[in-house]
Amino acid sequence: MRLEEAEHAAKAQITCIVGPLSRFLVVLLAAAMSLTAPARMLAQQPAQTTQQNQRVATVTKTRSTMTQPGTVRSIDTDAIRPFRVHVPEKAIADLRRRIRETRWPDQETVTDRTQGVQLATMKELVRYWLTDYDWRKAEAKLNALPQFVTTIDGVDIHFIHIRSRHPNALPLIMTHGWPGSIFECLRMIGPLIDPTAHGGRAEDAFDVVIPSMPGYGFSGAPTTTGWNCDRIARAWDTLMKRLGYTRYVSQGGDWGARVSESLARQAPPGLLGIHMNLLLTVPPEIARSINASDPAPAGLSEKEKAAYEQRKMRSLGYFIEQATRPQTIGFSLADSPVGLAAWLLDHDPHSYEQMAHAFEGHPEGGLTRDAILDNITLYWLTNTGASSARLYWEEARFVFKGEVPVRAAFTVFPGESFRAPRTWVERTFTNLIYFNEVDKGGHFAGWEQPELLAAELRAAFRSLR
Amino acid sequence: MATQIEASQKDDTMKQPDDKSRRRFIKASSMFGLAVAFSPAMIRKAFADSKPKTTRMEETMTQTSSAQPASVQVADKTAIRSFQFNFTDAELTDLRRRVNATKWPERELVNDATQGVQLSTMQKLARYWGTDYDWRKGEAKLKAVPHFVTEIDGLDIHFIHVRSKEKNALPVIVTHGWPGSIIEQLKIIEPLTNPTAHGGKAEDAFDVVIPSLPGYGFSGKPTTTGWDPIRIARAWAVLMNRLGYTRYVAQGGDWGNAVTEQMALQTPPGLIGIHTNMPATVPDDIAKALGAGGPPPAGLSADERRAYEQIDFFYKNGLGYANEMAHRPQTLYGIADSPVGLAAWMIDHDAASQALIARVFDGQFEGLTRDDILDNVTLYWLTNTAVSSARLYWESKLAFFAPKGVPVPTAVSAFPDEIYQAPRSWTEKAYPKLIHYNRLPKGTHFAAWEQPEFFVAELRTGFKSLR
Repeated sequence: MRLEEAEHAAKAQITCIVGPLSRFLVVLLAAAMSLTAPARMLAQQPAQTTQQNQRVATVTKTRSTMTQPGTVRSIDTDAIRPFRVHVPEKAIADLRRRIRETRWPDQETVTDRTQGVQLATMKELVRYWLTDYDWRKAEAKLNALPQFVTTIDGVDIHFIHIRSRHPNALPLIMTHGWPGSIFECLRMIGPLIDPTAHGGRAEDAFDVVIPSMPGYGFSGAPTTTGWNCDRIARAWDTLMKRLGYTRYVSQGGDWGARVSESLARQAPPGLLGIHMNLLLTVPPEIARSINASDPAPAGLSEKEKAAYEQRKMRSLGYFIEQATRPQTIGFSLADSPVGLAAWLLDHDPHSYEQMAHAFEGHPEGGLTRDAILDNITLYWLTNTGASSARLYWEEARFVFKGEVPVRAAFTVFPGESFRAPRTWVERTFTNLIYFNEVDKGGHFAGWEQPELLAAELRAAFRSLR
Repeated sequence: MATQIEASQKDDTMKQPDDKSRRRFIKASSMFGLAVAFSPAMIRKAFADSKPKTTRMEETMTQTSSAQPASVQVADKTAIRSFQFNFTDAELTDLRRRVNATKWPERELVNDATQGVQLSTMQKLARYWGTDYDWRKGEAKLKAVPHFVTEIDGLDIHFIHVRSKEKNALPVIVTHGWPGSIIEQLKIIEPLTNPTAHGGKAEDAFDVVIPSLPGYGFSGKPTTTGWDPIRIARAWAVLMNRLGYTRYVAQGGDWGNAVTEQMALQTPPGLIGIHTNMPATVPDDIAKALGAGGPPPAGLSADERRAYEQIDFFYKNGLGYANEMAHRPQTLYGIADSPVGLAAWMIDHDAASQALIARVFDGQFEGLTRDDILDNVTLYWLTNTAVSSARLYWESKLAFFAPKGVPVPTAVSAFPDEIYQAPRSWTEKAYPKLIHYNRLPKGTHFAAWEQPEFFVAELRTGFKSLR
């Protein structure tokens, strides 16, 4: 059997498997922040940006159980604790030393990207990473935002939370994907919470919650199996309720789209609707056909045919490896910064092309060299190469079936791995309140085109307010 | 793969890769080649200086390819040149330092290998590799056999070549696969070339040729596309011809099987038969069922059903590395930069051999020792062939397990813990001239390496009728 046929067989449903740990850096970082939680958290948190005067309020439920003072988890696990990033200088020095001592393979035997991330691109990335890139700037960007940690379902969830100054702002939880992070969402904050400064109306303001998924960024890594998008969605609903929200919407691309879909399937009280920019649940007969490597079925529209071919062409090496053997690739991702960087660059041809452009001197939108390296460096410093890969393993064992009646909105960005036809979106999301195709942006829509995606969210959710 | 096929046809001139390690080896051998071309006396002296062995070493230096004039005054890269390799203490120290400085992910979330190679396995491996493991021991085993290099089709091909002292020894070219190397084949050289000292008869003797695949071990790394198994097969026929063999057999497993089958399809004069330990036998209807990922079709025998389940398991759980290497080999900077990353990637070829290797690092000896395994990984590391070896997956358009209609006499050995143990029924259909079929009681994917006695017996028996 051809390798291609075999890979499609591998995408077929996998039988369930079940089965646990700790991660030192989050504990380290948590220890670096103000640890000892008083019995009642203050409503006002000190994180204020210089330009905006957001009121940051956190409400916590307190419990009487206090065990060892000074340890994060055991004190008041429902508490919402402030969080600041401070990576020890030793860790940054170690990263730089490893990058400097990179052992390189020889060059690809093609003149293009068809064998993977090109050597010249990686060398330029490394040159910039070593000479001009400054993690402390990224740290400062994060620490200028109100960051928190709270324990949900046994895992520490890190998140940014900013309220709009406008009344009746719609609470929005935005979920990143892989190989993304909260860095993808930062430039959307302004346009969302402060629309009038970004060509929008006060009525379209949002409160914004930007969590890191378990096993990503500054969130804790799960120590047991089972943390798929469905469980993450449940944790997100808990988070929004814990923040005092009784109504909210959810947005996401990549795995964030699946978390949003999960939320919609769970339909917790208060969830008004979701927005996605990637369609992960295609019509079942389309999925079957693609998995069998069949030609496009008869009767598809032009748009559907085009989407079908795009889906078929998807190179899924990283996907299958992470879905089946995340621990194996995890060793390289933990030990080699350049190995990690290349792996994260190679999500799909268009994204990789965009990132290569940044290192060739012509960045696209928000995908600048600094932005790309902020993200990669975050994965490195939090040692989340393996833990982030495990989400694929979890998701390979979990299948969605059936329609979703919760209100859904969808935006097609032209550079996404495939342009979802409206007909396919509607097959799963039967209550599609908004569908739009924009003219720029790729897989990392919010990262690259924050104003555009923010405008889409304003339009998409207007009818829900 | 359509896009990649088109791209590879744009075969432009490529820049030379920045590969100091490869240049070092090839330069050393080329310089020796220069000396050789000028002075036959120097050739004999070089051989006399090599370690003596029980089998007589042919002075193959005096043979040149028939295309070359007898009195060649300039370096003839297509001559058969003696090959030396040297790894410095500094390189070994650097490797050890990197291993001992490994940054680890946290543990897997399961209690078995269902998320990949387990942390405890890799940490046991690293602890040994970074301290007591001694490359020089394995290197000595390598250096105890004669190495050569010759340029074929523009690329330096390295090979081991040992001639038997027995008359009428049958020449065999043995091809390794991924993540294998010539190290897999070292244990079979003596028993094949010197059977009487290893429980066999003089009439079962072989001459043995063991090349490194392009981009692997000591062979050159291609700088242009096109080095797929078909081209490699052609090069192997040239090699056997250049060595003066007019009658020979070919053997292989994994990529070695792909190359061996292609040789058979090319029917070079001289090739009289093949042996495989990873035969391609899956019938079309079975392949279709596997592609759909469903249960085995009705009416299969017990052997066929087991084979179906083995392949099904492999397709659903074990294809990650092959997929990444087939589509994005260059993205694997991590396995070029991290020794432990490389080792984990290589150990994870298939579930059975992964489990065996894990047991070995847990202290159980099962045909392979810790040194065996680390000799092989270390060779990949020292030759910096992690990514160049991956490119073979990108190059090949062949279907691994589909019958090819091999037209020459074929001997098949089906080891139980190979990716699948080919049933006799499928094998007879796949190889019209099947001359030998046997199901072994034990052995995994790396048959020659792990079960050399069985493997050697299979070659003796399998090829007997062709002598």
